[in-house]
Amino acid sequence: MNLILFTFIILLGFTSYYFGRRKAHTIQSTNKRLTALPQFYGYYLAIWCAIPAFIIFSLWAIFEPTIVKLLILSDYSNQGYLDDELNLIYEKTKALSRGQFTGEITPFIKASAEKYLSLRSIAQSSKVVIVLSIIIASVAYAYKRISSNSRTREPVEKFLNAVLFTASLAAILTTVGIIFSLIFQTIDFFKVIPLFDFVFGTHWYPAKAFVRDSSEALDPSMYSDTFGAVPIFAGTFFIAFIAMCVAIPIGLMSGIYLAEYASSKVRQYAKPLIEILAGIPTVVYGFFAALTVGPFLKELGTSMGLEVSAESALAAGGVMGIMIIPFISSLSDDVITSVPQSLRDGSYAMGATKSETIKRVIFPAALPGIVGSILLGVSRAIGETMIVVMASGLAANLTLNPLESTSTITAQIVVILIGDQAFGDPKTQAAFALGMSLFLVTLCLNIVALRVVKKYREKYE
Amino acid sequence: MNKNKEQLLNKRYKAEKRFRLYGQSAIFMALLFLTIFIFKIFSTGYSAFQKTWLIVPVNFDAELMMLDENPTKQDIEDADYYEIALQSMWNLDPNANEDQQNQLKRMVSYFFEREIKQELLKDPNLLGKTKEVYLTASDDLDQVFKGNYPRDLPEDQRRVSDYQLKIFDQLVANGKVESKFNISFFTNADSREAELAGIASSFMGSIFSILVCLMIAFPVAVLAAIYLEEFAPKNRFTDFIEVNINNLAAVPSIVFGLLGLGVLLAIFQLPRSTPLVGGITLSLMTLPTIIIAARASLKAVPPSIREAALAMGASRMQTTMHHTVPLSMPGTLSGTIIGLAQALGETAPLILIGMVAFVNTIPGSPMDPAASLPVQIYIWAESAERGFVEKVSACIMVLLGFLIIMNLFAQIIRHKFEKKWN
Repeated sequence: MNLILFTFIILLGFTSYYFGRRKAHTIQSTNKRLTALPQFYGYYLAIWCAIPAFIIFSLWAIFEPTIVKLLILSDYSNQGYLDDELNLIYEKTKALSRGQFTGEITPFIKASAEKYLSLRSIAQSSKVVIVLSIIIASVAYAYKRISSNSRTREPVEKFLNAVLFTASLAAILTTVGIIFSLIFQTIDFFKVIPLFDFVFGTHWYPAKAFVRDSSEALDPSMYSDTFGAVPIFAGTFFIAFIAMCVAIPIGLMSGIYLAEYASSKVRQYAKPLIEILAGIPTVVYGFFAALTVGPFLKELGTSMGLEVSAESALAAGGVMGIMIIPFISSLSDDVITSVPQSLRDGSYAMGATKSETIKRVIFPAALPGIVGSILLGVSRAIGETMIVVMASGLAANLTLNPLESTSTITAQIVVILIGDQAFGDPKTQAAFALGMSLFLVTLCLNIVALRVVKKYREKYE
Repeated sequence: MNKNKEQLLNKRYKAEKRFRLYGQSAIFMALLFLTIFIFKIFSTGYSAFQKTWLIVPVNFDAELMMLDENPTKQDIEDADYYEIALQSMWNLDPNANEDQQNQLKRMVSYFFEREIKQELLKDPNLLGKTKEVYLTASDDLDQVFKGNYPRDLPEDQRRVSDYQLKIFDQLVANGKVESKFNISFFTNADSREAELAGIASSFMGSIFSILVCLMIAFPVAVLAAIYLEEFAPKNRFTDFIEVNINNLAAVPSIVFGLLGLGVLLAIFQLPRSTPLVGGITLSLMTLPTIIIAARASLKAVPPSIREAALAMGASRMQTTMHHTVPLSMPGTLSGTIIGLAQALGETAPLILIGMVAFVNTIPGSPMDPAASLPVQIYIWAESAERGFVEKVSACIMVLLGFLIIMNLFAQIIRHKFEKKWN
């Protein structure tokens, strides 16, 4: 139904465009000068068609459910139901009207469902009538208004400008959406679990926080020693550290080699090949780490008499490091290439060898940019999910032994939220609190890194 | 003194060589990882494109199927195939005891009666006759036949018994085991039985998610880029938008999953596990990538183009829409494709919005529950059965194939259509 209406409105838009242009041509044929090209007259009318339609559609979407609900529940208003019960009745009514109701059907509910359906159809048909009549009225009004000396280009361009501006707000809206989705659950979480316990507690067993009913859910004593995030944070930074131990030497050295030593031919092939590593989906790395690297390390360890867990932090961190190599190599390559040639020439003129120039002149000059790229790599390592979920342990051990298994923030979020979640359960809220801390940590890293890189670029440009 | 200098110089040259070697070995290491990686995936995955069939004589006994003389099509449809299916497996070894008969039955896939039924539906004249029918081998035998299953393990650690192996080897010796291209891997939905599991449902899920993502992210991102690059005044607010975009590009993907869960599912009540929600979530993630690419390619259009249009009396909007934007399109499009390729490989946010649910139907619209290719990889990788290992690798090969095609496409657009200004 909505789709038909929508198509019809789009057709109406095209028709009004056509009428607008025709009117412009008629005016032109009377030898009067137009103030804008004829198609602007068309766009102008089409906009007069689109805006009212959009406004009415959104008003309907916002108010229709509320009003229908009010009307349905007004039947029950003087029977002393609680709000929750009323909501339940309404949900039952809706389910019954869709034919998905499985409980006992009482005559009351049945009557409500019938009323619901009739209200919905009234709402639908009135929407059609109102939308169409208002569109036609507004287009007719605009059609009457345009004349040889009316302005059409300016309003059309203003409208387009407004559309462009709205689109650019999408980025802000997304950020707001992220914060909004995280913050309420996080606040609810800290209402039950004290912030201190979360930040300094050393035991993380969310599975223990299994509550049977809502009275238990609000009892803080249920959760003592359950949501201490220290092992999680430690595990996250530990795995990120292992990853950086792999990624920084290899990434940085390949960046330096590509920028300073490699012939253009080697560069032409090696650079894209290394960048393939960045394009491989992380779930593939996860599979690789879990199936190949983990067992391999375990066997290697056993042959050396070491006890290695099949889900060791080393496997996850090492593979994650491979994933981060291209980020560091590409960025540091860019940064080193943008160091001015004069610095190199000066150093060579003093008799320094190439490696001495790189170590003593270019590297210090490029250091801020390199640090920026490393920070971005760290932020990626901390936020990386699939490798850890698949290759590292899911139980949070507080350990600094790379051969044991640990868990990370991202892995815990997935573990908690996979499958069905009940909002309002501290376990679910804990995942959002972890998400919030992840967001904040990476945000800080990103801001610092981007700022450092930007400052550096400005210095040499 | 002179000798000392020479020694020092030698030392410096050696250090130079060493440093160079470090660089070379770093590149070598990175490329080595890539090679091992691709080799490993291909060597475990290629066998999944083959499927093992047992050729078993089936007696279409009307009596056992509870059919009368001249059954209608509907009768054949409704007939009982289980008995004849069982009989045909048991006939492989007429002397089998009850336990062995059970083992015989487990040599073929769980849905073997369906395959027999299809055979009869194709040719109703088979009724009362015996015909050799291709039955899907169980995933364990499939692995044995492909040589992926260690036969020398002690029997109690194997999922295939000695008895089954004996019968199987007889069949192999008689040429009754055949390996054919595994079409069902591409046409079947997910299944708990490894030998029947396919990627069709997750493939459609991926396609739908990417389409939704494209339809939302592309227009919004291009419009936003046009505004920021061509119209936005330079002030605090636009700076703020820019900081936002750059940050969003580096926010971990799982946070977008939390956004999808907390806003799209919890507040807007959109249907769980659907490509619609997945696509919206992914579109928020790709938005910054496309905006950044589109801005860069708008910036690359030389100012002379704009000045010429303005000088001819075009308004700013006309200049932008008629000249700058079309000229920037190749760069924008290739950036979009790269962004979509990233979205196609994304897993974590989709897991959070419930696209990991087990789906054994092929979704017909973005509103039907589905998985996606990377999520399918995750689901299968978490399954314990050996038969899934090669499936995972094969699924990875399909996914990587798509990513390569998309990236090549982006390259082609960039090189073929982008104007070089100089």
